Amino acid sequence: MSDTTHEEHHDGPHASGMWRWLTTTNHKDIGTLYLVFSLIMFLVGGTMALIIRTELFQPGLQLVDPHFFNQMTTMHALVMIFGALMPAFVGLANWQIPLMVGAPDMALPRMNNWSFWILPPAFLLLLGTLFMPGGAPAGGWTLYPPLILQTGDAFPFVVFSLHMLGASSILGAINIIVTITNMRAPGMGFMKMPLFVWTWLITAYLLIGAMPVLAGAITMLLTDRYFDTSFFLAAGGGDPVMFQHIFWFFGHPEVYILILPAFGIISQVIPTFSRKPLFGYVSMVIATSAIAFLSYVVWAHHMFTVGMPAAGMLFFMITTMFIAVPTGVKIFNWLATMWRGSISFETPMLFAVAFVILFTIGGFSGLMLALVPADIEYHDTYFVVAHFHYVLVPGAIFGVIAGVYYWLPKWTGHMYNETLGKWHFWLSTIFVNILFFPQHFLGLASMPRRIPDYSVQFTEFNMISTVGAFGFGLSQLLFVWMLVKCVKGGEKASTEVWDDPEGLEWTVPSPAPYHTFETAPKV
Amino acid sequence: MADTKSDYFVPHGSPWPIVASVSMFVMALGGALWLNGSDAGRTVLLLGLAGLTFMMFGWLGTVIRENIAGLYSGWVDRSFRQGMAWFIFSEVMFFFGFFGALFYARVLAVPWLGGDGIGEATNSLLWSGFESEWPTNGPGEIGGDAEGGFQTIGWSGLPLLNTALLLTSSVTITIAHHALKNNNRRLLNIGTLLTIVLGAVFLYVQAFEYVHAYQDLDLRLSTGIYGSTFFMLTGFHGAHVTLGVIMLVVTYIRILRGHFTPNEHFGFQAVSWYWHFVDVVWVCLFIFVYVL
Repeated sequence: MSDTTHEEHHDGPHASGMWRWLTTTNHKDIGTLYLVFSLIMFLVGGTMALIIRTELFQPGLQLVDPHFFNQMTTMHALVMIFGALMPAFVGLANWQIPLMVGAPDMALPRMNNWSFWILPPAFLLLLGTLFMPGGAPAGGWTLYPPLILQTGDAFPFVVFSLHMLGASSILGAINIIVTITNMRAPGMGFMKMPLFVWTWLITAYLLIGAMPVLAGAITMLLTDRYFDTSFFLAAGGGDPVMFQHIFWFFGHPEVYILILPAFGIISQVIPTFSRKPLFGYVSMVIATSAIAFLSYVVWAHHMFTVGMPAAGMLFFMITTMFIAVPTGVKIFNWLATMWRGSISFETPMLFAVAFVILFTIGGFSGLMLALVPADIEYHDTYFVVAHFHYVLVPGAIFGVIAGVYYWLPKWTGHMYNETLGKWHFWLSTIFVNILFFPQHFLGLASMPRRIPDYSVQFTEFNMISTVGAFGFGLSQLLFVWMLVKCVKGGEKASTEVWDDPEGLEWTVPSPAPYHTFETAPKV
Repeated sequence: MADTKSDYFVPHGSPWPIVASVSMFVMALGGALWLNGSDAGRTVLLLGLAGLTFMMFGWLGTVIRENIAGLYSGWVDRSFRQGMAWFIFSEVMFFFGFFGALFYARVLAVPWLGGDGIGEATNSLLWSGFESEWPTNGPGEIGGDAEGGFQTIGWSGLPLLNTALLLTSSVTITIAHHALKNNNRRLLNIGTLLTIVLGAVFLYVQAFEYVHAYQDLDLRLSTGIYGSTFFMLTGFHGAHVTLGVIMLVVTYIRILRGHFTPNEHFGFQAVSWYWHFVDVVWVCLFIFVYVL
């Protein structure tokens, strides 16, 4: 089969069966692919997390050997970051951005297909390493040399897999930026764009800036191991710490790549269910840009214990604390949007409100970690684990879930089951706190992270945490069940779905037709 | 204005991206097998590369046919331009990572090994006697000749010639671009051909320099941090020039076939932007790797 290049417009997909999904250039198809892939990876990464938590239920070695435990911590992170969260956000972007800016499709539809279809083979390579001699990488997702260079046969597979994931992200980000800058309907000025579009524009810019640097860093790892270069070898004049600098120059923008789109989703959901326009739109745009700018000058706060000149630590401490200012602006704007609103608590709103509260907890523990003298105590303890899981699970993942509940009726044409949604919310929110809150105490009591065994005094909090992990994990099965039910049927969704929501996506029928906005809407 | 919604071309399905993904997978698999010492590695790698080449012909051929068929409006053209610009930005950031390594090594890592600032104890306990200098292959004198020594390539010889070559080629491609805009096909033809020749000579000189470094100067990829940064930076640049020359050759063939018009020539412009990008990277290389 060759490209269909004729101009007349089809109403539906150009092909059927598997071939449709392999060759599709439709942003809704590709969005669906991304979201389904992300859900599968979320369950895979979640299973790894449950293996970790099971091992940690009691002190002593119970279930897995320490080397496999280390593989699990490493792979859990890589799968969740590159397989679950990033594809989820790109999937939402694919579905929503053309609908929200009134574009007929993404700007570069073939490349859009390519950026998705790089992911499954890349994860085949990455997950395949679990079955190789020497096992999967076990040196942590940050791939620090010299430890990571001791990986077995898996090493080049991991590096090439990450190269592919980076290429996918860059292509996806280019597509999103060009769609936003070039495909907006007449009248959709930059300062009229919905915030989800704004946050994605800035995220895409971060992706294009950061991912190539990661590609460079892992290329240096590869040549250090196989071609005798000395980038990270002190005897040759290099420095293992240099890897950490290059890695975190990518890694810190990456952290914001994982949260900014969630900020955007929350900024869509809260106004709808508060029945008020978003408070402080302009300040939201400026705050997001400020966070993106600052994200490039804070990286070494991940490395306060490696031995840096004091002036360097001071610089990175101060820039890191600056980030609290624009982030605070956002939190207060969301609160002000809800203030005196006519609020109703449907499932997306519940997740959004939980996001605001629980993300803030993660933000505060981040501020504690930003303090150099304090961080030397907290570094590499469970306090760090608690911190970044608070911003990533009830932060980023709750953001994704809120977005899915919010837009699902538009995608499927059916309302989801509100009772199931509420159960999913309450169980997730209760268990996520049981899971991660005790880890703060463990960390403050100096329990190290990435360790399969621990001293007996940490037992109780670890047991509580593991109970929370299984509760949270099993609650997600409700989410899967809700999704399946909603795709298969349910109460018919109206065009507007919610009570007078703002945005172009609520002007097209539910489910959104295969092709939308072939003629530009008036804004 | 022609830029209204209805004329944005949205293709309906394409087999090429999946061919590209499968080829990438085969390439990565082959590369990894090869690095792990498997005999099949190289073959698999080449198979993937062949797939990727096939994909390029198919995908870009489709795009060119659609372009000639007049399916692309100025609006689509703008998407291509913006996409190319952001792609080049991503390439800039890739080089930025390697330049970052060079600066970090020169300004921080090597002086610390030599006992500067926070490196005082490191130097006296681990690398006593090592003095910070550049170029260096580190306190362990990694690589180099039997005594660990090596020489570097001075900036005033071949690198200066190469700088002149690439800067001239930037001028010739600009001349060709202006000729294209003024519909002067003869000058377009000559300018593009000259750019290709200059690029090819640059690559020849670079290869000559590499052989010289390996055989006579004991300067290799394995020669400590100097060899690492030198060959990775100039090597990746050389790879980009090679890609640029291939793109220019394709462009030249398209020119001979009468493609590109004074108003619509995204393909030419993209290659010309790319060429200016490799030129700018070279100027940075010349200054920071060779001169300073």
